[in-house]
Amino acid sequence: MNFATLLPALGVAAALAVVIGAALGWLAARLRPDPDSLVERIDALLPQTQCGQCRYPGCRPYAVAIARGEAGTDRCPPGGEDTARALATLLGREPRPVDPHYGETRPPQVAVIDEARCIGCALCLPACPVDAIVGAPRFAHTVIEAQCTGCELCLAPCPIDCIALQPSPGTTSRPRASLATA
Amino acid sequence: MEFPTSASPHVVAGYTVPRVMFQVLLALAPVLAVQVYLYGPGPLWLVAVACVTALACEALALALRRRASQAALRDGSVLVTAALLALAVPPLLPWWLLAFGTAFAVLIGKHAYGGLGQNPFNPAMVGYAVLLVSFPLEMTRWPLPGPEWDALTGATALDALRTGLRQGYTMQEVRAGAEFGRLGAAGSEWVNLAALAGGAYLLGRRIIRWQIPVAMLAGLAVPAALAHGLDPGGHAGATFHLASGATMLGAFFIATDPVSAATSDRGRLLYGAGIGLVTWIIRSWGGYPDGVAFAVLLMNLAVPLLDRVTVPRIHGHP
Amino acid sequence: MSARPLLRGGLRLESHKTRPLQQSVQPMPAPSTAVLALDQGSGEEAQAVVTAGTRVRVGTRVAVGCGAATDLHSPVSGEVRAVEPRPTASGPGTCIVVASDGRDERDPDLEPLDWSALDGAALLERLAGGGLAGFGGAAFPTAGKLALARAAGVELLLLNGAECEPWICCDDALLRERASDVVLGTQVMLAACGAARATIALEDDKPEARAALEAALADAGDSRLEIVVLPAVFPLGAEGLLIAAVSGREVPSGALPPEVGVVCQNVGTAAAVARFVSEGVPALSRIVTVTGSGVRRPANLEARIGTPVAELVAACGGYGDTPPAARLIAGGSLTGRALASDTVPVTKGLNCVLVATAADLPARAAQMPCIRCGDCAAVCPVGLLPQQLHRAAHADDPAGLARFGLADCIECGCCDYVCPSAIPLTAGFRAARDRQQLHEAERRRAAEAKTRYERHRRRLDEQVDAERRAFEEARRRARGDGAGGN
Repeated sequence: MNFATLLPALGVAAALAVVIGAALGWLAARLRPDPDSLVERIDALLPQTQCGQCRYPGCRPYAVAIARGEAGTDRCPPGGEDTARALATLLGREPRPVDPHYGETRPPQVAVIDEARCIGCALCLPACPVDAIVGAPRFAHTVIEAQCTGCELCLAPCPIDCIALQPSPGTTSRPRASLATA
Repeated sequence: MEFPTSASPHVVAGYTVPRVMFQVLLALAPVLAVQVYLYGPGPLWLVAVACVTALACEALALALRRRASQAALRDGSVLVTAALLALAVPPLLPWWLLAFGTAFAVLIGKHAYGGLGQNPFNPAMVGYAVLLVSFPLEMTRWPLPGPEWDALTGATALDALRTGLRQGYTMQEVRAGAEFGRLGAAGSEWVNLAALAGGAYLLGRRIIRWQIPVAMLAGLAVPAALAHGLDPGGHAGATFHLASGATMLGAFFIATDPVSAATSDRGRLLYGAGIGLVTWIIRSWGGYPDGVAFAVLLMNLAVPLLDRVTVPRIHGHP
Repeated sequence: MSARPLLRGGLRLESHKTRPLQQSVQPMPAPSTAVLALDQGSGEEAQAVVTAGTRVRVGTRVAVGCGAATDLHSPVSGEVRAVEPRPTASGPGTCIVVASDGRDERDPDLEPLDWSALDGAALLERLAGGGLAGFGGAAFPTAGKLALARAAGVELLLLNGAECEPWICCDDALLRERASDVVLGTQVMLAACGAARATIALEDDKPEARAALEAALADAGDSRLEIVVLPAVFPLGAEGLLIAAVSGREVPSGALPPEVGVVCQNVGTAAAVARFVSEGVPALSRIVTVTGSGVRRPANLEARIGTPVAELVAACGGYGDTPPAARLIAGGSLTGRALASDTVPVTKGLNCVLVATAADLPARAAQMPCIRCGDCAAVCPVGLLPQQLHRAAHADDPAGLARFGLADCIECGCCDYVCPSAIPLTAGFRAARDRQQLHEAERRRAAEAKTRYERHRRRLDEQVDAERRAFEEARRRARGDGAGGN
């Protein structure tokens, strides 16, 4: 062991480590990604169901919380595993499966009002976060199927339980004919 | 009446991977024959050792990865790797070194990356490079070709060229040495001719396409010719380079490994040209006498970039 | 008359077209039950205007077209049995089932059309009532396509007589025997779409068809029409590729041919147009090639729409026993659709029934990993990199699929054909496309929900603001009164 050559070498290596580490730390603080654009990008990955199962009043508040680091990426049951994975990839975090504490992932669904039983109390109208229920007091209400996100927030206010959830009819697609020449 | 259904298209040409691989092995036969003629039965023994080791390692890797081994062992791809490696190393190499190199090529060069179709580097060249770097003495000891099968060992022509030029001899003086034949390296020029014949067969049967071999040979010959033209005493000419070392074997068999090569035709031209150029650079100024192995590995690194910039134009796009 | 080779990649395949062409087109009798699918191959269903019990005659309109669906007319006279789901070539679909009374009475409303006396718009309107659809397979409404072309001001009408896929030879037979119909139909379509000239594209493996067509053109003496002969390479007959080969212009990705001044129609469609104007008969029948080693006497049949495929096979001697039929394919061997049963009816888009044996369709080897050989890219006529698409589809990577042009894939099957690892590339691309469509639909819904949610929040916030302002206004007034009126 020739300490005469070993010590200076170790010293130089240590000094380099300190300098480079400090530079990296400073750069990380200076070059933080724009928080607003991050929230936009997170929001773009969320399914926009606005159901509140993540305990935030809508998808955007949840996106803000994720960006701030206050919430995990595993709170969105309507988004399912795909969304959880996409969020984790975007943020560079370890992907976690959807926490069943926040709800179970179900296939796409829509709310349907049984118009025969609807008493026109209008209590469900304000509950819908995307204004997909049309109706007026004392008139029957109905859900606009194309705009319903299946968030289930209208079920609780209904006093006679006339709202049910049905599987979303989905896009109509007949099996496409194979290649055709004109 | 009821019928079973399946997805279109309902016909296929019937080319299969095993057929491609066995055609390549067939095309290597002249190379093996010439090597046996020049150096004795050693190459045969080496090829056998490499093939057995390769199959055993492939079976082991597949078992470790819990994959079905029946079809994979029969596809012949690992035999091509083994044969190429065995024909690229000196015939005097101890068999257990070749076994080590083959095992490294198959286990690390191929299966560590995911098996058939997933390796970014040419497995045979990975094995060759490991051997060359780890056992430089044994890997550069080539016998002088001739009827006496226990002849003395000497330097290769490329080796002699390098050391001779560095020592200040001119090309003409170096060229007169015993290691040189008419075209290129003594003995090695015949191996190259045999590889060229095998390569022409593969081209004719459309097993390989012309872009990589032509580009590589051009990439090697053009700088060599230019340099020789500008400085005849300091550089070997194009014919010499084409007929020495592993040039033809590299152009038609090694560089054309589809898995580690570029994807599009334009990409392949650049890839082949790059291999040729880097080979020439290593041969002229590098630390190793023959640069084909390292040139191939370096261009393998460049393949993702080449793929990125050589996507063909799609019909209907500008 | 010129030959211009203008196709990247592609395959030269054995044509298998000689046997059905050894005899002339055989007319088939009317079926005892006609099954009229409301979706004749275009993907959209027409709307039935009859119910069970309605009496119809040959040519009576039984369904009204909408969107990509044309009008449907009854090919037999008799009574409508039912309007119900039945198996069709494109899957289960609603069909109008008509039981024939055997009398073949024509609807008295049918009458020939003096097309030359009508102007373009009026002609298009009359053609729309003929139920004319793309006979090449797409079954898109002809009148609609020509109207779009007229609106865009196309200057070239391209007739597709290429028929590049193996086994299919109905267009060849049509040209050999009814070239004059094709010429007349072309002239009518020229008048309808307003194009200045028409080119009929043929492949060079159809010399008899070419001769017949040249004779018909000489008879007609119309200098606006010409023939172009192209090399017989699959898939040169695909619309976009044919247009590029003939006119030198490429239809931009995602756009329609009228954007480059061309409209393309099949020669079978032209013949149907000719029949409609000269006899008043809407599209009620078409020539179908029944072929393959699994049928005893391959032939081209003139069959009425709605005839079950089983009857076509029976008219050709029935299924052979040795070797037994392995597949029943609607279309050719590369792009055709394998049918589960032979009860499906003939539609306007059905050009061929291929009864294939194992010898006709050699089995695929077991699938192996992609070895990146690049053969698929070498044959892709559109210039894609199928192996990169395969990797992107496997990884469910939408950015990669978009970059490598999944949207431009014409699903011709050339890449599958040459792949040494026997990877089902085309099926993978089809599945990836369907997945992308679903994702797109989901994304659109999510974007809409987001907009509505933001509006909802804004409205609620405004409501709260308005209430607060009203409260403060009221408080101010109360204080003001109190202070003043103290």
